[in-house]
Amino acid sequence: MSISSEVIRPPSRPGVARWLHKNLFSSWWNTLLTVVSLALVGFVLVQAARWVLFSADWSPVVQSLRLFAVGPYPAEEMWRIWLALGLATWLLGFSGGRAGGIVQTFALALALAFVALALLPIKLEYLALASRLKWVGLAAAALIGFGLGRRIKLTARWLTLAWVVVFLLTLLLLGGLRNQAVLPFVESGRWGGLLLTFLLALVGIVASFPIGVLLALGRQSKLPVLKALCVLFIEVVRGVPLVTILFMTSILLPLFLPPDFRIDRVLRAMLGMTLFAAAYMAENVRGGLQSIPAGQVEAAKAMGLNGWQTMLLIVLPQALRVVIPAIVGQFIALFMDTTLAIIVGLLELLAIGRAILNSNPAWLLRDMEIYLFIALIFWVFTYSMAYASRRAETALGLGKR
Amino acid sequence: MSLVTPMTPSSSTLPRFLTRKGVPLWRDVVVLQWVAQVLSAVLVIGFLVYFISNVLRAADERGLGLGFSFLRNTAGFPIAESMIPYDPARSFGYALWVGFLNTIKVSLVGIVLATVLGLVAALARLSGNWLVRTIAGVYVNTIRNIPLLVQLVIWYFAVFQRLPPVKEAITLPGPIFISQRGLYMVGVTPTATFGLWLLFVLAGLIVGYALHRNLTAYQVRTGRARYPLLAGLMALVALPLIGWLVLGQAPLAKTVPVLGRFNFEGGMRLTPEFAALLVGLVIYTGAFIAEVIRAGILAVQKGQIEAAKALGLSQFQTLRLVTLPLALRVIIPPLISQYLNLTKNSSLAIVIGYADLFFVGRTIINQAGQAVPVFLLIMVVYLALSLLTSAVLNVYNRRVQLVER
Repeated sequence: MSISSEVIRPPSRPGVARWLHKNLFSSWWNTLLTVVSLALVGFVLVQAARWVLFSADWSPVVQSLRLFAVGPYPAEEMWRIWLALGLATWLLGFSGGRAGGIVQTFALALALAFVALALLPIKLEYLALASRLKWVGLAAAALIGFGLGRRIKLTARWLTLAWVVVFLLTLLLLGGLRNQAVLPFVESGRWGGLLLTFLLALVGIVASFPIGVLLALGRQSKLPVLKALCVLFIEVVRGVPLVTILFMTSILLPLFLPPDFRIDRVLRAMLGMTLFAAAYMAENVRGGLQSIPAGQVEAAKAMGLNGWQTMLLIVLPQALRVVIPAIVGQFIALFMDTTLAIIVGLLELLAIGRAILNSNPAWLLRDMEIYLFIALIFWVFTYSMAYASRRAETALGLGKR
Repeated sequence: MSLVTPMTPSSSTLPRFLTRKGVPLWRDVVVLQWVAQVLSAVLVIGFLVYFISNVLRAADERGLGLGFSFLRNTAGFPIAESMIPYDPARSFGYALWVGFLNTIKVSLVGIVLATVLGLVAALARLSGNWLVRTIAGVYVNTIRNIPLLVQLVIWYFAVFQRLPPVKEAITLPGPIFISQRGLYMVGVTPTATFGLWLLFVLAGLIVGYALHRNLTAYQVRTGRARYPLLAGLMALVALPLIGWLVLGQAPLAKTVPVLGRFNFEGGMRLTPEFAALLVGLVIYTGAFIAEVIRAGILAVQKGQIEAAKALGLSQFQTLRLVTLPLALRVIIPPLISQYLNLTKNSSLAIVIGYADLFFVGRTIINQAGQAVPVFLLIMVVYLALSLLTSAVLNVYNRRVQLVER
């Protein structure tokens, strides 16, 4: 054995050439791959750019921005949507100022996005000055809320309550009151576009949460009848496509109820989304429940807590904390699943797109532009939500526990 | 809760709450549990009875049928594509069967193609080449963040419906003709000797399997190389070839599409509806499968591969005997659930008019108004498919998990 006298140099800092060599041209096979995929990407990008800039006609999209946003919601009642949006952004800003971290980033990014919307390079006749000012106002609301949130110390409990109040207020504002002059009733048939998409997803996830938790607890329970019922519900709903559930609640439900008992069409779709989401929520929550070590329950028992107390004070808070990322993921999935509402005749984004195509003979062949725009809307929302959730996960260290 | 539970060892066989000793009735856990069970059961049954009575009344008033006898009635509507001979004079039940077969067809083909695409994308994401890695990453992250229905609508209305008319069909080598009427390519039809030839294929399968098994056993016993995989595969190919020569006629005949007066004739045809649904499902599910496979491969510990190398296994052997079995254990359960998702998602065919089970069921409801039984049938079929799959999955899982420490 001899001691090597060779001096090993520390690796030099990777330069551009070195990076290129390592990542793109390390062997003949790698070089071939690089060349082929470069040609492919170049071809696709050039073709796409040519289409987007020269062949495509974006006028059906640009001229229908309001339809995409709210569908046929009456123009004279639009202030309600602005108000609800303002309240929500203000509270988001407030929460951001209060909590900091990812919520803060999210709120500020939203304010920026609103300003960007106000500055969209579109003719004033398609995006009026008043609307642009309102977008700026929304950004201002987020910033004011942010400033307040940094000063006023509000506990998390009150903040949660504020969110619940805003959620209910939004529903009230959108729907209005029956037989009242103050806030005239807007029938749900006039809800549409992105507004309806968000409503369906939000109501679905919020309403499915308690049901899902109960189902998960029922599935974990030792009572055979209760357990069997919960398992049956969960497995049946998870075993069939969402379309069948939506059809069930939209077409069959009226048959199952007395003839004079009519449920609104949007509400029926919401019910379907909720039932569907509840089954998946139950499985998520079950995962969280199973991740709680038995020692926690035993310790709670040793402290003299009864069954309810153990569940509500010890197990559930920990279990729910673990499943937050899964619930966010489920919300994103549900958000995308709202497109299926077109099948039961609701005016969600795809249906709006189709209506726009049929509204003007000159636009009849503009499918690609309209549907790509819808795809872009979904992509922007889901990608940013997924990104925020990933950041929150690492910030909270949720995956680690 | 009192710490000293008065546990009186009663000799009576009466239930505890009847002896009136110990915990009061309303705090007795056993009693409470029973009350909860009975209450929930009564509640659910009550709701069911209420719903069913309403349905029965509605059925009476509006003349809705509730039985399944309508399945024998004449369907009366055409179905655009079918794997078995169909015409409107057939029954509703037969129409549903046609729809079911169409669902199975698009699901099976979709599963195979999505797996291939997913595997390629997963390997590309793990590639050392930055460009390839990035392209695959963009594909996965874009496709997974756009609703499937939007993608299907784009494929059908914006791509397949906008293809050139038949006379100006795009011609690809093969020949493959792509036009508004769909995709025409070379197909095969069985000839008279096809049935006999299948026997040779079967024999090839059996002989190949037996050869592989015996040679492996011999190799393990003696340590002498016998190349079991190669021998097995050769038997698998050789026997059908011999069968072809013995029978003297090709078991399959080629049919080539030819442009007729109005449309192509002959060859194999994929309708635009089927093609759009298939492409949409494959590209969408492929992105999910790519993530599943990638996670599975990443889950294999480096030490395992290093150990295999240290034992002198070749790269191929390492892949086949170490990496793959370990990765598959992680991959299979979520992979199967992706397969199920694809099958369930094929019900979105209704938006683009592919005649799957759900589409045919919907048509029957529109025509005959048999909403309740048709829906029961559809849900039972989907449920059966997913229960069957999860049963198979569980059996497989038990087999692979058994080896785990």
